[in-house]
Amino acid sequence: MTAATRQATANQAPDTPASPGWKRFLPESGRWAEWAAPTGLVALVIVFTALNPGFLGYGNVQAMLAASAILIILSVGQTFTVATGGIDLSVASTMTFSAIMFGVGFGAGWHIALCCLLAVASGLAFGALQGAIIGYGRITDFIVTLGGLSMASGLALVVSDGQPQTVVDRFMLRLSTGSIGPVGYMVLAALVIAVLAHVLLFHTRFGTHVLAAGGSAEAATATGIDVRRIKLAVYTLSGTLAGMAAILLVARIGAAEPAANTQFLLNAVAAVVLGGVALAGGRATIAGPVFGALLLTALTNGLTSLGVSQYYQPVAVGAVVVLAAFVSRYQK
Amino acid sequence: MTSELVTVRGLNLSFGNVRALRDVDMSLAEGEITAIVGDNGAGKSTLVRCLCGVHRADSGEIVFDGRTVSFSSPEEARHAGIETVHQNLALVEDLTVWQNLFLNRELTKGFGPLQVLDRKGMRRQAEEMVSALAVNVPAVGARVRRLSGGQRQAVAICRAAGFSSRLVIMDEPTAALGVQETERVETLIRSLREDGHAVLLISHNFDQVMRLADQVWVMRSGRCVAGRRTAETSAAEIVSLITGALAA
Repeated sequence: MTAATRQATANQAPDTPASPGWKRFLPESGRWAEWAAPTGLVALVIVFTALNPGFLGYGNVQAMLAASAILIILSVGQTFTVATGGIDLSVASTMTFSAIMFGVGFGAGWHIALCCLLAVASGLAFGALQGAIIGYGRITDFIVTLGGLSMASGLALVVSDGQPQTVVDRFMLRLSTGSIGPVGYMVLAALVIAVLAHVLLFHTRFGTHVLAAGGSAEAATATGIDVRRIKLAVYTLSGTLAGMAAILLVARIGAAEPAANTQFLLNAVAAVVLGGVALAGGRATIAGPVFGALLLTALTNGLTSLGVSQYYQPVAVGAVVVLAAFVSRYQK
Repeated sequence: MTSELVTVRGLNLSFGNVRALRDVDMSLAEGEITAIVGDNGAGKSTLVRCLCGVHRADSGEIVFDGRTVSFSSPEEARHAGIETVHQNLALVEDLTVWQNLFLNRELTKGFGPLQVLDRKGMRRQAEEMVSALAVNVPAVGARVRRLSGGQRQAVAICRAAGFSSRLVIMDEPTAALGVQETERVETLIRSLREDGHAVLLISHNFDQVMRLADQVWVMRSGRCVAGRRTAETSAAEIVSLITGALAA
C-alpha cells in the first residue's frame, strides 16, 4: 500500500484502519464472531488445564488432535455449502455410506488404494447427485440433504446388510497410529485439506463465485455466474470430503460400520457456526471452522477427563453453539 | 448526425395476453446519452431487457454496431459490449469493492488448470478504475455493505464502464439517492459520454433527462410514440407526449 491509498482508505472507511502486513492475515476488527472459536478454544484450554493439569499433556493433545481430524474435514466441506447459503445435512451419512463402500471393496479383496478410491468416488457421486437436484431441480438445500441423510444411511444398511466389515491393513493402521511429533497422519491430512480449501475459497475464481452466490444469488446471476453450477460444485465437494473422512473413520475404528454417526453431523454444523461462517451465506473462512472443530473436540475431551457423564456432553455442545450464535448477533 | 450504435426495428414482445412491446422503433447514437421515458408499465424496462439479453423479442430486429443481434443471455450481450447497471445494482454486499468490480471477470495467474487469483493486480486496477472516475471514490478494499447509496451506484457504474463496453444501460440510476449524490452520479454519467461510451438511461425525472440526455424516446402502452432531440423540446412537451395529451 502506498501512503496515498492508505490515506484514502482512512478517509473513506474510518472503521477499517490500514493495517501493517501481518495484520492482514487476521480477521478484520469488528468481525469478532470469527474470533469466537479461537478465543473459546484458548479459554477452554485454560479452564480444563486448571482443573486437570494433565489436559495439555503430550498424550492427551495427541489424542485430541487425532479425534478432531474427521470433524475438521467434514466441517471444511460443510463450510462451502453454508457459504452458498445452503447446508449439507447428509455429510455424516454420506461418510457412513462411503465407509461401507470401502468395506465392500475390502471384503472383495481389492487393493487398499482402490478401496480408498471407491470411498471417495461414492461420496463424490452422492454429493453430486444432491447438488444437481438442489441446483438444477431448484429444491431447497435443507430438504434435499435431509432426504440425502436418510437415503445414505439407509443405503449403508442395505449394502452392508447391517453388518460391520472388519478392515485390517498395514496402511490403514499406519494412517491411524503414525505421526510426526504429536501430529498424527490423520490430522496432517485434515490440515492439508484445510489449507487447500483456504486457497480454493480465497485464491480462485471458484471461491469468489461461491461467496458471491451465497451473498446475493441475484447479483451473481446478473454478472453471469451460474449459481446452479456453484450449488452442484459445493455439494460435490462436500460429498467428496465426506468420502475422504470415511477413509479416516475406517482407519480409526478398524472396521466399516453402518452406524448413524449423528454426532458428526451436529458437530460439523456446530463447528461452522462457531467458526463465524454466516448461515445466510456469503461470508466464510476456513480457519474459523477448523478452530470450531478443535474447540468441540477439546470440550468433549475435557468433560470426559473431568469425569462428566457422557450424557451431558451433547448438552454442553448445544449450549456452546447457541452461545456462539448469540455472539455473532452482535458483530454488526 | 453521429452514427447509430443501436437500431431497433418493429420489436414485438408479449407475455401471455399482455403485449409489452408493439412495433417499437428507436435508435441510439454512438457517444450520446439517450433517454427512454414513459409511465409505469409503458414498456421501458422490457425494451431495455431485450437489449441486454434478458428477454428475447417475439419479432423485430435489433442491430448493434452494424450487426443484427439476438442475445440469448446477458452474458452474450456483455461480450458484445452492452453493460447494464441494474436498478438493484447487482452488487454483493459481503464482497469488497474490487471483488465486485471484477466479479466473474477475475484476473488470474498461473498455468493451465492451476489458476490463482491475481488479487494484487485486481486491487491495483480497481484503484485506477475508481480514481479515473474522480467522483465519490470508495476505498477498493472496503466491503460494499459499508458504502452509501451513491458510492454503490458509483461502483456499479464503474463496473459497467470498465472492460471496454460500448453501451451502458442504466435503469433509474438516481431513484434512491439524495440531491448531492444524484448530482455526483450525473457527473459520472456525463463523464461516461466523454469517454466515448453510449449511454441508455431510463428515468422518471424529466429535469434530469433534459439535463443529461441528447436524445429522448417516449413510450406509451408498449409503443415508442415519439423521439425528440432534447435541445429541441421541453419538459412540458415530453409530459404531454407521455400522457397522450399530445399526439406524436
